[in-house]
Amino acid sequence: MTNKLTRRGALKTGAAAGAGLATPIVFTSNVWADGHTGFTNAPQGDTVTLGFNVPQTGPYADEGADELRAFQLAVEHLNGEGDGGMLSTFSSKALEGNGILGKRVEFVTGDTQTKSDAARASARSMIEKDGAIMISGGSSSGVAVAVQGLCQEAGVIFMAGLTHSNDTTGKDRKANGFRHFFNSYMSGAALAPILVDQYGNDRKAYHLTADYNWGYTTEEAVRSSTEALGWETVAAVKTPLTQTDFSSYITPVLQSGADVLVLNHYGGNMVNSLTNAVQFGLRAQEANGKQFEIIVPLYSELMARGAGENIAGIFGSQNWDWKLENQLGDRYSGTNAFVQSFGEKYGFPPSQAAHTCYVQTLLYADAVTRAGSFAPCAVDEALSGFEFDGLGNGPTLYRADDHQCFKDVVVVRGKENPENEFDLVEIVEVTPVDQVTYAPDHPQFAGGQLGTCNNGA
Amino acid sequence: MAVTDNQPTYAPKAQSAARAPGLTKRDWSLMILVVALVALAPILLNPFPTDSSLAQFNAGYPDLMQRFVIFGIFAVGFNILFGLTGYLSFGHAAFLGAGSFAGVWMFKLLGMNVLFAIVASVAVAGVFALIVGYVSLRRSGIYFSILTLAFAQMSFALAYSVLTPITGGETGLQLSKSDPRIFGEQVAADGNLPVTTLFGLDMRDSLIVDAGAWEFVFNAGYYVCAVALIIAFYVSIRIFRSPFGMMLRAVKSNQQRLNYTGLNPKPYMLATFVISGMYAGLAGGLMVSMDPLAGAERMQWTASGEVVLMTILGGAGTLIGPVLGAGLIKYFENIFSKINKGVLETWFSVFPDGLSDVLVTIVYPFVGKGWHLTLGIMFMLVVIFLPGGLVQGVQKAATVFRRDRNAPPVEGPAAERRAQAEDK
Repeated sequence: MTNKLTRRGALKTGAAAGAGLATPIVFTSNVWADGHTGFTNAPQGDTVTLGFNVPQTGPYADEGADELRAFQLAVEHLNGEGDGGMLSTFSSKALEGNGILGKRVEFVTGDTQTKSDAARASARSMIEKDGAIMISGGSSSGVAVAVQGLCQEAGVIFMAGLTHSNDTTGKDRKANGFRHFFNSYMSGAALAPILVDQYGNDRKAYHLTADYNWGYTTEEAVRSSTEALGWETVAAVKTPLTQTDFSSYITPVLQSGADVLVLNHYGGNMVNSLTNAVQFGLRAQEANGKQFEIIVPLYSELMARGAGENIAGIFGSQNWDWKLENQLGDRYSGTNAFVQSFGEKYGFPPSQAAHTCYVQTLLYADAVTRAGSFAPCAVDEALSGFEFDGLGNGPTLYRADDHQCFKDVVVVRGKENPENEFDLVEIVEVTPVDQVTYAPDHPQFAGGQLGTCNNGA
Repeated sequence: MAVTDNQPTYAPKAQSAARAPGLTKRDWSLMILVVALVALAPILLNPFPTDSSLAQFNAGYPDLMQRFVIFGIFAVGFNILFGLTGYLSFGHAAFLGAGSFAGVWMFKLLGMNVLFAIVASVAVAGVFALIVGYVSLRRSGIYFSILTLAFAQMSFALAYSVLTPITGGETGLQLSKSDPRIFGEQVAADGNLPVTTLFGLDMRDSLIVDAGAWEFVFNAGYYVCAVALIIAFYVSIRIFRSPFGMMLRAVKSNQQRLNYTGLNPKPYMLATFVISGMYAGLAGGLMVSMDPLAGAERMQWTASGEVVLMTILGGAGTLIGPVLGAGLIKYFENIFSKINKGVLETWFSVFPDGLSDVLVTIVYPFVGKGWHLTLGIMFMLVVIFLPGGLVQGVQKAATVFRRDRNAPPVEGPAAERRAQAEDK
């Protein structure tokens, strides 16, 4: 720090800086803007960059890893590599395996850490640094809502990954955000009739709910659907997301007079709470003269694997299952094509998180191709009200009012005697789409407005 | 500048200047260096042409530059407490979080001008620091650290669940179109949420300069943060050079002796703690001004630990060290963590297949999500070989190149101080 600061030196530096600034200048009103084409990160050259923002660390890292596998597979298929997967079954034939609009698809990845702050930072750097034109992924509703808000502000498209909370396309819906995955309301609406059918219409339910956004909407959805059919809710207790031992929450359940326990938990939470409940012998008990039952509204194969044999006989709902086409036929075409290419590449069947991420990437690419433009508003127009088939869920509608997909919901039950670690659940019934459709301003979704699509520039 | 506090020993001329209020010549050159670095960061951080394969290492995009500067402020503030008094607070993230939430509430209630958020976040963090400091400063050493840690974790737990109506809980606190915003518009003209501004200057506005193969982004939000850093840095120099700063050093070197002299160090400590907390609040306020969402996670103990790492990595007790440390950690977090297997494979594709696979296998654990490992190793090396942090490393290197035998020895001051202490 002893170098002298002279007038001459200062002048030199100033002159150099001035010369640097005098180079050709492009003014824009927005950092994400690209003056040439009028929307954020308009792809230049012969490639287009997509951003895949998934949890690589933290409680949902398993789901994140599976999502990333699906994204890689989707990119391969879009670029015309591999066996093409669902491209051959997809009802829209716009995609030709030559990238998107002739531009080769490249991607960048980021780690959400299942924290809204980190997820937003990661998405921002993908948009600002890597020039991502679309962000997808995520395995938590909190993260999805936060990143969706960012994409709306930045003027890029957000294709939500695994997010099940009503709010994502309810009170926090955004014009630039789209969700293929189903939601809490649909779970409730699909499960309730089957539960009543199986367990009778005079049950008393006790809810344990993960203490965050997704937990609340799931509890509300299951409660209102089952209460409408005659059930009673005895109590609903919130549990911290970081809880690992649920014994103290399970003990009061039997004394409460309830005869059904609903676990509004996901991931590690659900594995632990279910294991505790089964170890306490809840399922062997009788209450009110009836067999005590446990319900898990949102199921996943990864959770079933974690919970092991405790899962046997327990009801839940899924967005998709890899056995759909085999068991229920052609209506769910696309399923086998996807399972096959995923299985060939990775050696095991895909989870529903992988499925929804794969499908979202394809839907985005297809919308861009049909619109003939990467501009978010053009994509918005192409996706809103889009009806399609052949992506594994049967005929599906991307509703224009809230950018939510409407399709059949799969109700599943844990297998009593699973044959292998990938075949842990059996499909009980598929609830037709009509039964799970709701009005865009349904009370559980009220208060949201899409706003207008944002091109960024 | 690891030796600034002992400067008079080696530069007797500066002694008279140090006694007079204001900055020494050295401080001014440091100040000018910081101003120049901060002002030219968009150019300095983008040394590689946009299309080159090294563009991966460019850090000159608004989000990261803002982070450099904001965490620089956070670390400078932390250093006023830790560097001067030696009190190690393990809960500083709580003030950053409190500032963030206060900032977002200002956007929700008053309007989108960042001044509302910045003023409120500094004030709220200051009040919060006063409460935490009043309780925690009853103890020193490890007990003080544990108390601050406990407060921070308590705030995190509250923000995460109990106080959900105020903090947004797990989703984080976000703006909504139905917020009152009495001094601003509820919904922007295009039907979306309004964006943060400074008297009409959109924080997201940028001037993009295409200079041949290079592209430089001069972002308005970044320069707002930069001005804040420069002011914060100046205030920090003044504190370091003031009689108040001297008192704080006295607390660090021997609090008992200070007590026996008849001086009560408590008000000094509390004042420092509050100042330091306000710095953290300012950082929080700037963070939400750049991206108006505040998650409870930024109060978690890992965030508090991060600022400790930044300060020690850069050089605790030095003026510029914390800023360097903050920059380094944020660079690792954002650039190294982005290097995935695919990128490595393209790098090593020049080698034969077998060799490239081996290289990828060796390097992969240290990049991508393994960036913590690299950072950890680096932290260990710095602590073992450069106890004075990066600043000490720079000084050592400078001595080598200058071949200036009269240059102040790097470890001298500490050794001498120890010798003096032993003599007495």
